[in-house]
Amino acid sequence: MSSLDDGLNKDLDKIVASARDAIATATDLAALEQVRVQLLGKKGEVTALLKALGKLPAAERPAAGVEINRAKTALQKEITTRKAQLLKTDLDSRIQSAALDVTLPGRHTDIGALHPITRVLNRIEDFFLGVGYDLVEGPEIEDDYHNFEALNLPAHHPARAMHDTFYVNPEILLRTHTSPVQVRVMEKRQPPLRIICPGRAYRVDPPDPSHAPMFHQVEGLFIDQDISFADLKGTVIEFLRVFFEQDDLQVRFRPSYFPFTEPSAEVDVVCVHCFGDGGGCRVCNHTGWVEVMGSGMVHPRVLEYADIDAEKYTGFAFGMGADRLAMLRYGVDDLRHFLDNDLRFLQQFQ
Amino acid sequence: MKFSEAWLREFVNPDLSTGDLAEQLTMAGLEVNSLEPVAAVLRNLVVGEILRVMPHPDADRLVVCQVTDGKEELQVVCGAPNARAGIKVPLALVGASLSNLKVKKTRLRGVESCGMLCSEKELGISDDHEGLMELPLDAPVGADLVDHLALSDAMIDLDLTPNRGDCLSLIGLARETGLINSLDVKQAEITAVPATIKDTFPVKLVAGSACPRFVGRVLRGLDSDAKSPLWLKEKLRRSDIRSINPVVDVTNFVMLELGQPLHAYDLTRLEDKIIVRHAKAGEKLKLLDGQEAALDDGTLLITDASGAIGIAGVMGGLSTGVTAETKDIFLESAFFAPRAIVGKARFYNLNSDAAHRFERGVDWQGQGRAVERATQILIQIAGGEPGPTVETCDKSALPGIASLRLRLARINQLLGVEIEADSVAEILNRLGFDAVRSSNEKDSDEQLSWQVEVPSHRFDISIETDLIEEISRVFGYNNLPARTPVAPLQMSPIPEATSLSAASSKQALNQVRDQLVSRGYFEAMTYSFVDASLQGLLDPDPEPVSLANPLSTEMSVMRTTIWTGLLKSLRYNINRQQSRIRLFETGLCFYRKPNQAELKHADITQVQKLAALACGSRQAEGWCNDTNAIDFYDMKGDLESILALSGDEFEFVVARHPALHPGQSAEIRKAGATVGCVGLLDPGLQQQFDIRYPTFLFEINLDSVLGRRLPQSAPISRFPEVRRDCAVIVARTVTAAQLRAVIQTVTDETLINLKLFDVYQGKGIDPTSKSVALGLTFQHSSRTLRDEEVSSSVARILACLKQELDADIRN
Ligand SMILES: [Zn+2]
Repeated sequence: MSSLDDGLNKDLDKIVASARDAIATATDLAALEQVRVQLLGKKGEVTALLKALGKLPAAERPAAGVEINRAKTALQKEITTRKAQLLKTDLDSRIQSAALDVTLPGRHTDIGALHPITRVLNRIEDFFLGVGYDLVEGPEIEDDYHNFEALNLPAHHPARAMHDTFYVNPEILLRTHTSPVQVRVMEKRQPPLRIICPGRAYRVDPPDPSHAPMFHQVEGLFIDQDISFADLKGTVIEFLRVFFEQDDLQVRFRPSYFPFTEPSAEVDVVCVHCFGDGGGCRVCNHTGWVEVMGSGMVHPRVLEYADIDAEKYTGFAFGMGADRLAMLRYGVDDLRHFLDNDLRFLQQFQ
Repeated sequence: MKFSEAWLREFVNPDLSTGDLAEQLTMAGLEVNSLEPVAAVLRNLVVGEILRVMPHPDADRLVVCQVTDGKEELQVVCGAPNARAGIKVPLALVGASLSNLKVKKTRLRGVESCGMLCSEKELGISDDHEGLMELPLDAPVGADLVDHLALSDAMIDLDLTPNRGDCLSLIGLARETGLINSLDVKQAEITAVPATIKDTFPVKLVAGSACPRFVGRVLRGLDSDAKSPLWLKEKLRRSDIRSINPVVDVTNFVMLELGQPLHAYDLTRLEDKIIVRHAKAGEKLKLLDGQEAALDDGTLLITDASGAIGIAGVMGGLSTGVTAETKDIFLESAFFAPRAIVGKARFYNLNSDAAHRFERGVDWQGQGRAVERATQILIQIAGGEPGPTVETCDKSALPGIASLRLRLARINQLLGVEIEADSVAEILNRLGFDAVRSSNEKDSDEQLSWQVEVPSHRFDISIETDLIEEISRVFGYNNLPARTPVAPLQMSPIPEATSLSAASSKQALNQVRDQLVSRGYFEAMTYSFVDASLQGLLDPDPEPVSLANPLSTEMSVMRTTIWTGLLKSLRYNINRQQSRIRLFETGLCFYRKPNQAELKHADITQVQKLAALACGSRQAEGWCNDTNAIDFYDMKGDLESILALSGDEFEFVVARHPALHPGQSAEIRKAGATVGCVGLLDPGLQQQFDIRYPTFLFEINLDSVLGRRLPQSAPISRFPEVRRDCAVIVARTVTAAQLRAVIQTVTDETLINLKLFDVYQGKGIDPTSKSVALGLTFQHSSRTLRDEEVSSSVARILACLKQELDADIRN
């Protein structure tokens, strides 16, 4: 071994040792780059050693070259590793400094709400449209003929007392039910007919917890050959069960009287609040049952008025109060809430 | 119809509790409205007799009574003014419980009292607290009071439907109860009372079919001091009818029992003869209740030589009515046709039990029976001599017995059931309908039918379906089957690009509602009738449709704008400490042909509208939210988000609206027609409506925003877009719409987007001018645009803006 060889090795060891230290202690990318340039740059220490190889005796050169190159590769690798480390730290710290309080609310989040009666009407419409009923609407200011006479309620019929009517003049009135829409449909179309007619209706009833001078009704009509009371019962029961989402909801039909249907039935459901247990509750007036709609087979005279052959065609009709259904469905205890438009009430339907 | 349960049970007595009986009636279509016990729960009460009354030594208003309960003499202190020796009164013994107290041995002002003498109120049978209830003098002393007064009874109140006039009587209700329970019904015990005098009073019918039968009878020498017996008074009381005198009480009793209204005249005050005829113009009548009625010429009258003495079937006149002195009477039991009576009580604003029955139909065969029944009871109570019963009748005008064909196949078809012929026959029999089965025994069920005779008390059965209803009712609705209807699965068309079908307009409407809800609006529902003067402030031009009978002046006219109701709801919420409010509503508004004396239905138009209002901060209060107050462009933006759904072109045009701020309002036009408006509520109106915050409003015809576009795809250009921004200085009065319109006149299809991205007024700009920044984007569909092409387009635009709007380029 020559002295020069010894000297080179000593230099190399020293350089590598101090370089390792410098790499490990470089705290950012710029410092690391500086270290790299000091070692491996054009004027770097390792580069200088390589340049100095020529000064060695020819026999020593290859071995020394291998040594220097090995050291260079090792240092390069360490710099790369350190660089990756520093990059990661840098990213981590940038991420960390961008951390937010994610529990703060987002920007502009407030939404409104549909009116509960619209919710109920939409539900009812969806059920019936889904099985092929058409949706029809009609005027709210009606004439006597469509609201009464064509529904087999001639002038002075005692049943008119059941309809406390708002009049514009003796011939023009606010419809007391949505049934006149079925008259208007029957004037234009022949059976088969499957329609529902939602809308506002009016009666002279001062507002109180269970009365309102304006309410919402959904009238249904199904006329075809061989439509029977059994179809009426089936349709109404199925509707009420899907509406209240109770497969075993008890429904009962009570004989009643409407001039435009015969046989006529009031439909009661078991009280959805107390289920008829324990002598009932306030909602069901302590009867265990709640009246939800009127219904019946279309009266032959109503069909005759519309020039529909009452021997060939039969049909059923029903009329339900959307306000009442909304009260039961959402536990609303006073009809007046629906028309006060108190935001604190409307917000409950968001 | 309110009646005593015990009375019903005199005719038919099913083995059912009161509650079960009520339930049964309800399920038969006779809806029970209420059930109440006749008296409070009473124990330890007996019939007592006052033997002696002495003044209380220490109290002026009290007396000390010696009373017997049949076994012993008791001392009872009492404050009733009518306490006197010899009367029989309810005696509550020590330990008795009354409706709200327990009777104890006590001292009243130093005098011992062993029991209590009771008023009707204390027994819970009426509100009468004037004095002691006086029992009949023959009441057995010591008898249990509840038994004696038959107080363990219930009053059942029915909400009868108008078709069931036949149930407005005890025998009618008994018939129904018997029918439901398959029980025989005891008939009222009616025996003809032979005449003992010859007196009659002549009756002439000239009203044709309005009064086909009039049965009359004279009774003379009634004891005017006679009192109605307790049983009679109690039966009436339990039907909410006040006892007046024996004559009136008996006519009321017979009406309740048999359903036939009767009227008694004071015979001595009748002149010449009774004529039943229609009123003549100008006739007047002073009624029993004291009010004078101006008679309408359609009204059926009972008259005598003096003129009108009663509105037939509704109410008698005062001049011929019975009084406390009446000894001689003439009883009227008539059949008035329902259509002759219907509506009359309402027309004269009278409450009449008689009219209530006649207009629904009274058994036209029952007039004679009712007279006999009344005579029988009346002479028991007040003695007197009956004359012969005289019937005046136009037989041809009587309704007659209807005979209807009832087909088995039709029953089963209409009800969707298989009822056997024998069951139908059995039900008809139970209903008391005479039915003859079609003669051909070989008829199959398909052809089987009956000929059914309708009893004279049923006015609601005139066609086959009426009979089928009866069959189904008796069979029981809840015993009938239910099935899901079967129909061909046919799809309903839902047009995509129009809102002409109800289904697609509903879909579009729901989109609009959802859009507003997602922008923070709450859907409201307000009355369709509003205050005329408030609406007049907002929408003075259209003459509204007025109601003839509104609930109040605040609900007197139909709305022509939804704003009237929405502003009321706004104020309601502001008064409840809300400051950021957004509401919308959809619904009809109503318009009429103006100055039309006789409004026809066709003169009224009903238009679906959408209206909204907003006030308060732009966004709800929040750490990062914009809480500046909203301005015109917030409202306009909400509206435009709905218009955008439709794909149609809308124009905002400066226009004056009476409810809106003149500088912050616009009319909305579609294809040249005005469809709505938007703006700030006029500050003057804001004050008048007492609304604390500036409020923005819009209203638009719903139809105009429900149109939808059928999308048509076009190729997307592969060539680059070129954007050029420039700013121009124009007079402040120049609108964005004007700039846009001018630019459009000089550009071709290569200008694919035009944005107005900034408006600046202020430092560096003349105060009468403003700077508007335009973003112009160009693109060609089939090649790359050359730079000089774009530059010349921009130059053309700027030149044109200069020429048309005096726009200068800003550097
Ligand atoms: Zn309940």
